[in-house]
Amino acid sequence: MSGLAIENISMRFDLPNGTSVQALKNVSLTLKAGELMSVLGPSGCGKTTLLNIVAGFLAPTEGQIVMNGHRVTGPAAERGMVFQQGALFEWMSVRDNVGFGPRMKRMPRAETAGIVDHLLEVVGLQDFKDKAVYELSGGMQQRVALARCLANDPDVILMDEPLGALDALTREKMQSLVLKLWKETGKTIILITHSVEEALLLGERLLVMAPRPGRIHTEYRLPFADMGVNADLREVKKHPDYAPTREEILNMIWNMEEEIMGRTEAGA
Amino acid sequence: MIPLLIYVAIFVGSYLLVNRVFRRAVRRDFTSLKTVTFGDESAVVSDRWASVISIASIFLLWGMFTGSSLLPKFLHMPGPFEGTADFTYTAELPDGRRDDATVTVLVHPIDQKVEPPAVEPGPGWAKNDSATVGVWRSGLIRVDRNDENGRDQGARVVAVDGQPIAPGESVATPFGRVGMSPKGTLNFEPSKGWQMEPIWLPAPEAVVERMIEIARDGFRGSTLWEHLGYSLFRVIAGFLLGALVGIPLGYAMGLSNWFRGWFDPIVEFMRPVPPLALIPLVIIWAGIGEAGKIILLFLAALWIMAIAARSGVSGVRISKVHAAYSLGASRVQIMRHVIVPNSLPEIFTGARVAMGVCWGTVVAAELVAAEKGAGMMIMVASKFQNTDIVIMGIILIGVIGFGIDILMRWAERVLVPWKGKG
Repeated sequence: MSGLAIENISMRFDLPNGTSVQALKNVSLTLKAGELMSVLGPSGCGKTTLLNIVAGFLAPTEGQIVMNGHRVTGPAAERGMVFQQGALFEWMSVRDNVGFGPRMKRMPRAETAGIVDHLLEVVGLQDFKDKAVYELSGGMQQRVALARCLANDPDVILMDEPLGALDALTREKMQSLVLKLWKETGKTIILITHSVEEALLLGERLLVMAPRPGRIHTEYRLPFADMGVNADLREVKKHPDYAPTREEILNMIWNMEEEIMGRTEAGA
Repeated sequence: MIPLLIYVAIFVGSYLLVNRVFRRAVRRDFTSLKTVTFGDESAVVSDRWASVISIASIFLLWGMFTGSSLLPKFLHMPGPFEGTADFTYTAELPDGRRDDATVTVLVHPIDQKVEPPAVEPGPGWAKNDSATVGVWRSGLIRVDRNDENGRDQGARVVAVDGQPIAPGESVATPFGRVGMSPKGTLNFEPSKGWQMEPIWLPAPEAVVERMIEIARDGFRGSTLWEHLGYSLFRVIAGFLLGALVGIPLGYAMGLSNWFRGWFDPIVEFMRPVPPLALIPLVIIWAGIGEAGKIILLFLAALWIMAIAARSGVSGVRISKVHAAYSLGASRVQIMRHVIVPNSLPEIFTGARVAMGVCWGTVVAAELVAAEKGAGMMIMVASKFQNTDIVIMGIILIGVIGFGIDILMRWAERVLVPWKGKG
């Protein structure tokens, strides 16, 4: 069975003062190979925790992740991860960063070089191969991070707010790039974001999570990602369904935040 | 007090001169366009002129107050009196009879042997005297020794150069001070001027000459280079041993709970102990030879390097480690490709600190006991009042310490260019 199954995951953190926080409760979903899912939710809804569990960095207190028919027990090359920023190795050149995965697998040099060259061309950084990563702008660094992840040829790519620290214009370009890579490589992608627009544009499936305890609130199936593969993202935003969906989700999250605030104030 | 005033005057004067006179032309760089400079640290740059004048003025003051031959004479502070001085004294007998006589004193450089100048005895019962006194020194002069009516006849000296004097008092003359001891003997102290005596502060050229001499002939059976080389060798050997043990120890402490728990109390206790405090114990245990010195420097470097390596490991961003794991790296690969390179900048910073501490410690240890070394050289020289060697040693120790730091910084720039860029 190919794909990723999140089966009834619960996560409870025990705090030193004896209380505990229910970060996730009974989260279940399955992703077919090649699906692109964005995850949205107010802060504290456990989306990063969920991603860390899928990546294998955290073991859930209940439930399991099943990937291609086997249970996930730790990080592995089949599940690549793209972080917000600062996860590149600044002591390596762009080329060595991208070729890190293949080198760890002891792939022959020529083959690694071929992969690196190809991917740098895909992300448009072929002229920056020998630069140090700290010489690149934030957007370029995230392109390197994407290429590094792809060089390892994972089945699933997990993205933890990869575009969060970029400016609006760079962000838009990167969103197109993510869509393009998704279509070209056919990877399964889970993308966590704070931005409703980004979630709409990059989510074939869009998951809205609710906090306390972290759980799935609503799931959407959206046409925008497919449209965005071939069209300008600004054209996609003109689609008649786009604005109403955005308002609906914004309201939903707004209400959740209000509820949290109300609860905190009542508690205080 | 006077050197300080001159120093302040040079500071203020050169500031006004450089900024008001030479800097009339407006600078045209970005910083000069900033309107807020007070409080903007980036707008403050070290003024080259100030640095040059600062160093020059130290040497200028040094030369002025030591009568350096490198400076033109008019810049010298008034020197000590040298040459022939004279003063008259008035002796009085118990019956009130008085007589005057002249004392001629030859004030000579202390390294010269001289004879008292020949003088006519002169008229009257008080006879003229002559004496010799070294520059910067003073001398008791028994002026009544050759008088017809001396101390035995009850004669007393009651005035010098016409000014009354009594035991415990003194009189200023154009050539210096004439005092009177409690027993009534005159004490001539030629004026010292404002210059420093070479045994307190030798002139710059004397220090340079001494350095050339020691570089050529050696000091205490070893050449200058041997002394400095031994100190450097001890530092490097101690530091390398300390790094060799300390870095793996720091890594282990950064990666394992058990190691962290085991060594944390030891490291945290030893870190604040100044290495100098270990000198007595090291001498008791290992003696004053090379082994003792290297053990001491090893201990000085060990804790610093261990702490640097530990914080280098704990400073690794978890996302980098996570990224490496999801790219399929094994533990060994993560150690080699992520943790070690990530900790190198911290380790280099630690190495710089450790080298500085080691250099200070080795000099101190040599001051206490050593047969060779920069510290031993200045300590032995100080016991013989060889101030020139002491000053030369201090300057060389400073230059070498500074050189070590420059070298470490250069190595850091070349070897870990990613420092602070992550």
